[in-house]
Amino acid sequence: MNDFDPVIGAAVGGLPRSGPPPALLRRLATRAEAEGVLDVAYAQVDSPLGPLTVAASRRGLLRIAYPDRPLDDVLAALADEVSPRVLEAPQRLDPVRRELDEYFEGRREGFGFTIDWALTRGFPRKVLQATARIPFGQVRTYAEVAASAGSPRAVRAAGNGLGSNPIPVVVPCHRVVRTGGALGGYTGGLERKEFLLGLERSPAAT
Amino acid sequence: MSLPPFQALLDSHGAAVHRFLVAAVGPAEADDCFQEACIAAMRAYPLTQHGSNLRGWLLKIAQRKAIDAHRARARRPVPMGEPPERASDGLFRRALDGHDPVWSRVRALPEKQRMAVFLRSAGDLSYADLAEVLDCSEDAARRNVHEGLKRLREEMAT
Repeated sequence: MNDFDPVIGAAVGGLPRSGPPPALLRRLATRAEAEGVLDVAYAQVDSPLGPLTVAASRRGLLRIAYPDRPLDDVLAALADEVSPRVLEAPQRLDPVRRELDEYFEGRREGFGFTIDWALTRGFPRKVLQATARIPFGQVRTYAEVAASAGSPRAVRAAGNGLGSNPIPVVVPCHRVVRTGGALGGYTGGLERKEFLLGLERSPAAT
Repeated sequence: MSLPPFQALLDSHGAAVHRFLVAAVGPAEADDCFQEACIAAMRAYPLTQHGSNLRGWLLKIAQRKAIDAHRARARRPVPMGEPPERASDGLFRRALDGHDPVWSRVRALPEKQRMAVFLRSAGDLSYADLAEVLDCSEDAARRNVHEGLKRLREEMAT
């Protein structure tokens, strides 16, 4: 800032430019959790499908985003729809990370943590909650899911609801296929749907 | 009005807030003040009316924490042998370990000039945002910075 030269220009130049140290930001996240001001915690979790962004409220898991979604968009949606008090705070996501690791290694068939449905509403929420009940390794048709969500004829709406799934993998929309066995669609891309179905077909690794 | 995720505030303005605190309270206390300021900011964030000047809003909170830290330091026992006049007016005057002596001189300026200089230089605020933080006109903000710097210049020339 040249209007300070030469009085304090050198002193300004001597201040840290790199921002608060990472250890300080980690302490801040821990403290925010302890003080109850952290509404949405998020972290990156490595997976065979690429690095996933996972986010949780104090109530449960809110969001799993595939890497093709820009992080800024994912966080902005959480800020708008849940709370702007969003911080990168991996500790809260430790149980989710651990169970996802086990799932991808073929050592886990269901998830023990709770889900926070705050990013869903109306009929799509019912469709996704019905989908969450499909057991590991099985598939249902769009029509069956529509029926178990309470509207047997709303097959297209059920498909749209699945397409808006904020928690893929954990809410297993990959287990919903077309009548006759065609894969249907998948927001994360069909390759990912095939990968997940294949993972659930193969015998457990242990 | 839609507010950005708090993490985005830290990414965009965290460095300026931390720099401001290093200048205002010294490197030893800057981290604690930073944490206090961020927690206070998160507490108030969902209801803030300052969505258009979030850097200024954060710096204003950091400034309050800086003042708290100075007061806490002034209450601490004064080391033996320190001249009494420095101890008594010493809210902002005492030199800090490992700290550029220029900042100690800035701390000795009158409050308005002191904060104007810290916020403008270390906090990297525009004059418009500075005026909002200091609750004064842009002209007054500019004047405080320039008078503060003039005084510094005179002191350092002697």
